[in-house]
Amino acid sequence: MKKVPRIYLDNASTTPIEPKVLDAMLPYLKEKYGNPSSLHFEGRIAKSAIEKSREKIAQIINSEKEEIIFTSGGTESDNLAILGIARANANKGKHIIVSSIEHKAVLDSYKKLEKEGFSVTYLDVNKNGIVSLDHLKSSLKPDTILVSVMYANNEIGTIQPIKKISKIIKDSKTSNPIFHSDACQAVGALLIDIKELGVDALTISSSKIYGPKGVGCLYLNKEIKIEPIIFGGGQENGIRSGTENVASIVGFSEALSISEKKRISENKRLTKLRDYFLSKIIKEIKDISLNGDKKNRLPNNINISIQKVEGESLLLLLDECGISCSTGSACSSNNLKPSHVLTKIGVSRELAHCSIRFTLGRYTKKADLDYTVNILSKCVDKIRKMSPTK
Amino acid sequence: MKNKNNKKNCCKDGEDWIYSREVREHFFFPKNILFNEINYKADGLGSVGSPACGDVMNVWIKVNKKTGRIKECKWRTFGCASAIASASMMSVMATENGGMDLKTAQNLKPEQIVERLGGLPDRKFHCSVLGHEALREAVLDYLKHAKK
Repeated sequence: MKKVPRIYLDNASTTPIEPKVLDAMLPYLKEKYGNPSSLHFEGRIAKSAIEKSREKIAQIINSEKEEIIFTSGGTESDNLAILGIARANANKGKHIIVSSIEHKAVLDSYKKLEKEGFSVTYLDVNKNGIVSLDHLKSSLKPDTILVSVMYANNEIGTIQPIKKISKIIKDSKTSNPIFHSDACQAVGALLIDIKELGVDALTISSSKIYGPKGVGCLYLNKEIKIEPIIFGGGQENGIRSGTENVASIVGFSEALSISEKKRISENKRLTKLRDYFLSKIIKEIKDISLNGDKKNRLPNNINISIQKVEGESLLLLLDECGISCSTGSACSSNNLKPSHVLTKIGVSRELAHCSIRFTLGRYTKKADLDYTVNILSKCVDKIRKMSPTK
Repeated sequence: MKNKNNKKNCCKDGEDWIYSREVREHFFFPKNILFNEINYKADGLGSVGSPACGDVMNVWIKVNKKTGRIKECKWRTFGCASAIASASMMSVMATENGGMDLKTAQNLKPEQIVERLGGLPDRKFHCSVLGHEALREAVLDYLKHAKK
């Protein structure tokens, strides 16, 4: 591979680690190696580190300390919330509701529950990816025990009206379901005060907020019954067994704390950069459509379809020029199906093939975007010249 | 046929591409693209695939009437890296060594293209190799017109 400077515009996939986060972690990978469950000195040091981290996170999201369950990341938190809550509350009903554009970690958990005899309602979304509140209202039944709607979508960046959804659920006279939201993409960009949002369970991942990979947490209201999905030593109040990933938990709490401090200023800065980037792309390249909502959108997300330019080809050409991004094209997925999110919001198969996602991050500079538009325009030209005219 | 992986590159950091070296070469530097067909006097034209499936391919051939062999083979395609590479490879195969005779061209198998490409990921095999079909269409188109 040629040595070219890299411009990383795939921050929704994962983010680089913030140096301060790594510094906070290192002692726990070196001299502070104890098992938090041990009663001796080394164990107590480790225990104290995870409890401090728990407290830090609880403070940020306005929950109680006991309501934070550390996990191996977003996928496990989603799995735990959905499988654990549904199974533990099945005596109250077996109906569950989910938006149709959730992350696979959520959708596949619901599929698993369908096999266990639960019935699932998949909520419609409009052409911008916003969940239909009317469909939610009409779907709530006396036996509805769980509703899952993501805070912001990973592919198209659409932000869901979480407060409105929670109000509908709380006001419902027919049912009293638990409300879970996957906030993996929202953290660092949007408010995550669980009381203000009105959620009962919230998924947070470290790897999207400049923290280490393989760690995250589930906020779970302490009134809610849950069953574990991992069994063993009884850590995390018996909800999540396994020796705690101490260094990563410390890093995660540090990363969340930095993200929260930077949230408002970063939101502003990225929104400006995003709009600049998009307007420049539209100016330079013909036949482009934006996927997702223009306004209710994460400040770092651009998802566009570029006519007659297949996404995987474009991704690989950009990669060769040092630019990293992502695509919803079927050609790049393992099952050769186009992105379910793009399909659900009504993007044709043809245009889904032409989708490309750029997600900006904390280290993205305006000059990177100018460079990217320039290269993008050349790559698009190259591919279009190879494309049949009809 | 079992697809070969590109073992040579498979352990170098950041270089273990999902595609073989040959696919890379033909994707980044495709051969025999026809950028503009307006003044191109083709003897046969083939067109296969559908944009909804992700892949469309047009192939234009010129035939040496004396030898009955393909002397030029040009193409354009919409598709992923392996679709582009397989089109490019097909065009090279059709024209190398004095050109393919029409019967061989009609019977070109996708496996032959994939083998020359050093293999493709299994899931890519069926959807992205259209070159042989487009070439067959182009030959049939030529034969149809040659009869008249």
